[in-house]
Amino acid sequence: MGQAGSTTPRDELAALGAWIETTPDAELRRRQQSAEATFRQLGITFAVYGESDASERIIPFDIVPRIFLADEWERLSAGLVQRVEAINAFLHDIYGERRILAEGVLPPDLIFGNPQFRPEIAGIRPPHDIWAHICGIDLVRTGPDDFFVLEDNARTPSGVSYMLENREAMLRLCPELFRDFHVAAVDSYPDRLLETMKSVAPVGVAAPVCVVLTPGHYNSAYYEHSFLADSMGIELVEAADLVVDDDVVWMRTIAGRVKVDVIYRRIDDDYLDPLVFRPDSMLGVPGLIAAYAAGNVALLNAPGNGIADDKAIYSYMPEIVKFYSGGDPKLPNVETWRCREPQALKYVLERLPELVVKLVDGSGGYGMLVGPTATKAEIESFRAALIAEPHRYIAQPTLALSTVPTLAAAGLAPRHVDFRPFVLTGSKGVQVVPGGLTRVALKEGSLVVNSSQGGGTKDSFVLMDNGAGAEPKGQLQSQTQSQEQVS
Amino acid sequence: MRLAIDHRTTYRFTSPQARLTQLLRLTPEDTHDQSVAGWHLHVDCDARLRYGRDGFGNRTTMLYVEGPIDSIEIHVSGEVLTNRSHGIVHGGHEPLPPQLFLRETPLTTPNAEIASFAQTIDESDPVARLHALNLAVHRRFALCRGKPVAGRTAIEAFAEGEVSARDLAQVFVTAARTLGVPARYVSGYSPACVDVADARPAPHGWAEAHVPGLGWVAFDPCTGLCADEAYARVAVALDSAGAAPVAGSRLGEGEELLDVDLHVDRTSGQ
Repeated sequence: MGQAGSTTPRDELAALGAWIETTPDAELRRRQQSAEATFRQLGITFAVYGESDASERIIPFDIVPRIFLADEWERLSAGLVQRVEAINAFLHDIYGERRILAEGVLPPDLIFGNPQFRPEIAGIRPPHDIWAHICGIDLVRTGPDDFFVLEDNARTPSGVSYMLENREAMLRLCPELFRDFHVAAVDSYPDRLLETMKSVAPVGVAAPVCVVLTPGHYNSAYYEHSFLADSMGIELVEAADLVVDDDVVWMRTIAGRVKVDVIYRRIDDDYLDPLVFRPDSMLGVPGLIAAYAAGNVALLNAPGNGIADDKAIYSYMPEIVKFYSGGDPKLPNVETWRCREPQALKYVLERLPELVVKLVDGSGGYGMLVGPTATKAEIESFRAALIAEPHRYIAQPTLALSTVPTLAAAGLAPRHVDFRPFVLTGSKGVQVVPGGLTRVALKEGSLVVNSSQGGGTKDSFVLMDNGAGAEPKGQLQSQTQSQEQVS
Repeated sequence: MRLAIDHRTTYRFTSPQARLTQLLRLTPEDTHDQSVAGWHLHVDCDARLRYGRDGFGNRTTMLYVEGPIDSIEIHVSGEVLTNRSHGIVHGGHEPLPPQLFLRETPLTTPNAEIASFAQTIDESDPVARLHALNLAVHRRFALCRGKPVAGRTAIEAFAEGEVSARDLAQVFVTAARTLGVPARYVSGYSPACVDVADARPAPHGWAEAHVPGLGWVAFDPCTGLCADEAYARVAVALDSAGAAPVAGSRLGEGEELLDVDLHVDRTSGQ
């Protein structure tokens, strides 16, 4: 694993290098194809928005895992726990007392003028005061110990099914790696998620009924919804399966109706309840917010969370973390210029070719300018947009993102990556699952890792100790092949 | 002033509905200048009612009916006593700060015409400016006597000559926000429309604008005046949809026919 500008791998990962050396290129490629064939069969696909044929694609898989050492993971985890605790405290405060505004830490118009602050749910307290039960915090690395938070995803972050399926594929295709490396297991994620759900059930519910609420099979993340429901052993429901009566949520089943206590909803706030949010929503459940406000159901994640992971709020996260935790943030932000501020806008306009400019309300890599790789025309069109509506943009330096070895067309090559670990918050505390989703920009030199823009994924190994294990053994390869024949 | 209110909302369905779920904002609340002296909400079928508040602090009633059901009548009645307050709202339940009411919604998005209309108001004193804006909105449109057009935006209304009280209030709110003044939609009861245009009695809609030092001040572009003691406030929100007396969802085929019957009688004194 190298940092940008350096091609020397970190020595403690020599074992991975040796594995790559001793495994023929063709064999790596064969395994990679086998993994992708499995993903296609399982239907782990996504649709690219705006494509006319709307074909389902799989996200390309890279066979070379990314490795986190035990001690670096420990530091990362501590930073993630602190960050997610602050996000929860912030949401509790901003929809309640608004202490952070009273003390002048944030400009109030940033909150009240922000469409992500939902007045409709102000004053509601979720069960156990937990808002961001499932967070996917996007990180980038620029140096051995330099991790930065790029984005907090506190609404309905997806991608955890890739973490699990990638690991399945690696266990099956490269079992020798798991002998050489003591890799922390990720397969407990569904159990941990279910525990988290049960722990936030309304007080007094002894055996809570939990469900996953999906917008349906047209949604690009439907596979993940069904996968998670299936692996937790709970029902996957659509809005039509739920009914609210007397401020209580019920699920229709063949055996009659069953009271629902906890809903992992993968529907955006706007579509959750047509009586409160968009009245034209066919995906939502009328009365759901009333049931939630009455304290009769827990919604994961809580409605209104968008105010915590909004890009305009992001630049204030260091202050937010400090305000609620009382200490300095263990995980820093990427330096961010708020174009709403005249000084910052001036700076950004002067340096557009070096910077990354993002729409405050954009996602998925859309509405983004990557200065160093942009054409003159693209830069000028962003310049015009920035001058017209500066408050809609933030800018960041183009980071020297770390690269990891990746199997490219011409063999192994460094490619830029980011990382999304998943953090669960229940009534018993915050936990970081030892793993995550590594996204890789498959195009040479590209810094955009979004799956809609040519990104792929790879497995992320979190080592349980720093010893990288012994040299790979000669017989490993044949062993894998024979297993392949069996499967 | 004593306002006696009797308001029936009837929905008839062309085919039976399996379920009805409605969010009602039909319960006024005490403020410094308004006290509710008895209020009843009655539904003519077997319905489960649950009481709460929405994020704006409005009192809400969730209504759940299990079908089959052909029609439903929601009847609210009661008396509200009001004091003269020159439109200034004292002692309301205010969970959200005035700043929030600067934001646009799909129904209250301004266009260049609305913004320049607001800009033509040449008054430097904030209260005088709002009075002038209220009067300008009042004079620009004729009040329509029929039912309001559902879902009409401020931009759409601004292009019309004859609009409903709801449209007038929404144009005022939209225009005031372009001047940097927090403004919101108010739903409630008043005989104002009937007085002004002999319009059919309907739940009324007007506006409140926030003036530093004074607080929320109620303006009714229907009359061109401040909302005075002949107004009973029920709900506030960013737009008419957010303060709607009834937001409903039904499970079943067919159309629904809405019928409203309202009487607001006033007697002066306490």
